[in-house]
Amino acid sequence: MATVLTPAATAAPARRNRFALATAIMAAILALAPFAGIYPVFLMKALCFALFACAFNLLVGFGGLLSFGHAMFLGTAGYVTAHAAKVWGWPPEAAIAAGTLASTLLGVVTGALTIRRQGIYFAMITLALAQMMFFFYLQAPFTHGEDGIQQVPRGKLFGFIDLTDTLVMYFTVVVVFLAGFVFLYRVVHSPFGQVLKAIRENEPRAISLGYDADRYKLVAFVLSAALSGLAGAVKAIVFQLASLTDVHWTMSGEVVLMVLLGGMGTIFGPVVGAFVIVAIESYLTAGIVIGTLHFGPEWAIVLTGLIFVVCVLAFRRGIVGELGAWWLRHKG
Amino acid sequence: MEIFGIPTQALFGQLLIGLINGAFYAMLSLGLAVIFGLLNIINFTHGAQYMMGAFCAWFLLERTGIGYWWALIIVPIVVGITGVVIERTMLARLYKLDHLYGLLLTFGLALIIQGVFTNAYGSSGQPYRLPQEFVGAYNLGFMFLPKYRAWVIVLSLVVCLGTWFVIERTKLGSYLRAATENPTLVQAFGVNVPRMITLTYGFGVGLAALAGVMAAPIYQVSPQMGANLIIVVFAVVVIGGMGSIMGAILTGFGLGVMEGLTKVFYAEASNTVIFVIMVIVLLVKPAGLFGRER
Amino acid sequence: MNACKRTLVGVAVAAAFAVGAAHAQTGGKEIKLGVMSDMSSLYTDLAGAGSVVATKLAIADSGIEKRGYKVSVVEADHQNKPDVGSAIARRWYDADGVNAIVDVPNSGVALAVSAITKEKNKVFLASGPGSSDLTGKSCSPNTVHFTYDTWMLANGTGTAITKGGGTSWFFITADYAFGHALERDTTAAVEKAGGKSLGDVKVPINTQDFSSFLLQAQSSKAKVIGLANAGGDTTNSIKQAAEFGIVKSGQQLAGLLVFITDVHALGLQAAQGLTFTTTFYWDMNDATRAFSKRFAAQDKGIHPTMVHAGVYGAVLHYLKAVEALGGAADGLKIVDKMKATPTDDPLFGKGSIRVDGRGIHPAYLVQVKTPAESKAPWDYYKIRATIPADEAFRPLKDGGCSLVK
Repeated sequence: MATVLTPAATAAPARRNRFALATAIMAAILALAPFAGIYPVFLMKALCFALFACAFNLLVGFGGLLSFGHAMFLGTAGYVTAHAAKVWGWPPEAAIAAGTLASTLLGVVTGALTIRRQGIYFAMITLALAQMMFFFYLQAPFTHGEDGIQQVPRGKLFGFIDLTDTLVMYFTVVVVFLAGFVFLYRVVHSPFGQVLKAIRENEPRAISLGYDADRYKLVAFVLSAALSGLAGAVKAIVFQLASLTDVHWTMSGEVVLMVLLGGMGTIFGPVVGAFVIVAIESYLTAGIVIGTLHFGPEWAIVLTGLIFVVCVLAFRRGIVGELGAWWLRHKG
Repeated sequence: MEIFGIPTQALFGQLLIGLINGAFYAMLSLGLAVIFGLLNIINFTHGAQYMMGAFCAWFLLERTGIGYWWALIIVPIVVGITGVVIERTMLARLYKLDHLYGLLLTFGLALIIQGVFTNAYGSSGQPYRLPQEFVGAYNLGFMFLPKYRAWVIVLSLVVCLGTWFVIERTKLGSYLRAATENPTLVQAFGVNVPRMITLTYGFGVGLAALAGVMAAPIYQVSPQMGANLIIVVFAVVVIGGMGSIMGAILTGFGLGVMEGLTKVFYAEASNTVIFVIMVIVLLVKPAGLFGRER
Repeated sequence: MNACKRTLVGVAVAAAFAVGAAHAQTGGKEIKLGVMSDMSSLYTDLAGAGSVVATKLAIADSGIEKRGYKVSVVEADHQNKPDVGSAIARRWYDADGVNAIVDVPNSGVALAVSAITKEKNKVFLASGPGSSDLTGKSCSPNTVHFTYDTWMLANGTGTAITKGGGTSWFFITADYAFGHALERDTTAAVEKAGGKSLGDVKVPINTQDFSSFLLQAQSSKAKVIGLANAGGDTTNSIKQAAEFGIVKSGQQLAGLLVFITDVHALGLQAAQGLTFTTTFYWDMNDATRAFSKRFAAQDKGIHPTMVHAGVYGAVLHYLKAVEALGGAADGLKIVDKMKATPTDDPLFGKGSIRVDGRGIHPAYLVQVKTPAESKAPWDYYKIRATIPADEAFRPLKDGGCSLVK
């Protein structure tokens, strides 16, 4: 649904080099950030959402499927991970794997149910399914309702990496994020990703070329669900809690906003979008001052809505998309 | 006599109540269906516009003393005009794009409207007095039916069937339906299609606002009143299928009854039952009960 | 490469200093209070900005600033999300030098804040949250739960109404942990007082229409219908109960978690006759009236709820303890001091803080007036009974708090 800005002429190796360079720079910034006085908890939150947004972008940006229920994958993994780590006493890597697996399975089921629908139908059906999951988690005793699963132990990764140390936890999150990010890049630029894009651009044509469009879309959906789950699982370990926030439909809206703001169908867009939104959320809790007017934290939701409207009306390519377009214009 | 351990009389009462709730679903899904039919946009702002309708009625009563009856006429027009403004200034710029952008835009608008109302009027809401004419109840033998609830059924039936009649049985409606299929051709016949689209959106929004006015005396008038309802109504629309006006009406009432029955037999599931039905319907009939496969 | 590394280390060291400096600023004669509340949704009216007002009034009335202390207040919106709330709490303690967090009207967020407060050895002055777990199995030596809790509401309302003749109950219960706990505690109180529960219906939250459940409650023939829910669910069920003439036909409506802002939002026409428990009413004596007048002037005319009053009482008591110890640095010591000193403030009168962190003071069973009885705006309650402080709250031994030996 968004214009992709990869110029057709770009050779694959050059593109890969550019990507490697940009990823290396990003990794370096992430490695330095906590030492530059940026609060690590904020960074970890942003990274979890960045991975979530990247996973979502695989579906919407490259598959052309707008899911309005992706919170169910984030939240399901969070609950399963938190429960496994706290109640069953599993080590963090096993708990995270269990959470990710749960979301993957949920992705298979919901994907099989929805993948034949398109456009607006697809959005509304995923939304309704997510709402069903929300009520399930609200009422299921193991989630503890609005209290959530709290004080989840971080434990020791592989038995010897102590995650209770904030910096150790931080670098673990960075590694998970980068792994997920590079994996998604590889998926997008694999033959599979090319077929996916072809289906997005013209589904009947792709089908006539002999591709089973539904199967490709289903695989993309499940991959997206799995990585969203990974983000949710890690988030549960980082914040030591799993709560209804992550399965509520507003969360599904938020991830759409992150991707829209950063740039749909761009590689780095979702990361930028996630950081901007998480920063707004974190720092608007104290309110903002514009001239003589003081807007308290209660205006955060209105601001979120405004960003949505402005993005859709004037800024559809998102931050990274607009920058890319500007770059291409200047180059010639 | 009993059915599954529930006295028949009580069951009749519950069915009737379900029908009343269905009246609201029908009104709201009708508005969504009308808008979707012509604009191909899922109006996420619908819940917020329903809330605006209720607030607008409250505002008229509290600040100007204008009562319920006038509110039934004034509010849909006023809120409908805000809809026209939204359509002209924002939605109209999106028609050439993917329809999903319309969904995203209206989602953002819903957040803004609900946020502003919460900041202005607080979260616990405002009371709207039941109009004097409706105080009291009818004794139906099997239950006491508050007069106002009876009125809700009558009014929504009139509005729903009236809308269906206009769209399916009049010349204006035939233009509308034709414009859905082929706007360029209809334009060529000298019909101002953009204006028709604008008015249709305004009309759909007006329907939401009217439902809001009808809800004001029985539900607390609060900024969040539409936020959760809208998702249920989406499911209703999906179940009914997006192509059909009558489908939206019948599904609305029908699901109200289904939900009412769930409240009796297994109340815990009353919020999820509609979504479960949706999943089943999609498996059996992917385009919805009354829809056409696109 | 080496130069690069050196710059890196330099940056890191500078950053560490910056963080250290921020830490060093507070402590001693400076106190920083963080009011964390719901500023944008469900609990905005009953806590929200009013809790900031109440905090500032308490600081002014304590007179502590005249004696050389500097007290500052920051505020934040936890949006009823435990993850947002815990992120704010961590940042406040780690980076912003906050000494105590105040209010937090949402049990889920409050449990998270309580755990973090303990970890960082600060102070949590809870007024808004209801969960009795805060002083029960999740109790913390750094938390004071000042105003009310669900056990006290359930017990007060259940006991008093049953003793007054409302011996059979039917519950409309919000179907999640909070609603279940309310129903369980109320049923226990009702049975202890010689009544019985005839049944319940478990309703998903955010239900718009309660008429079906009200009809079920009606046909149960119970004398009392208990509403084990909160917020919009409570107001909607009360409003529709009026529409279906439940109270007029002889059944009594008991709210288990109702605030004066809810009554105000419903209007007396719908809310009249509703019975529930509160620890504070603005129109009790000259002191509460004077406070409420000052408060309303600063909070859009809203008269203080018990949560607002509790914020005032808790902050006042906290500042006394800080002054007695000469600084706000050690959270544990301050809370111990707060427990060792009896509470005494104009709104709750004399009371105490128990070893499990529970604030102890009398509670009141109130009934909402009819429109004819109400003489002025916000003149809403008739006080039916006073529940003495030693009976109002859960007995110390029953909570399962690890601090109780």
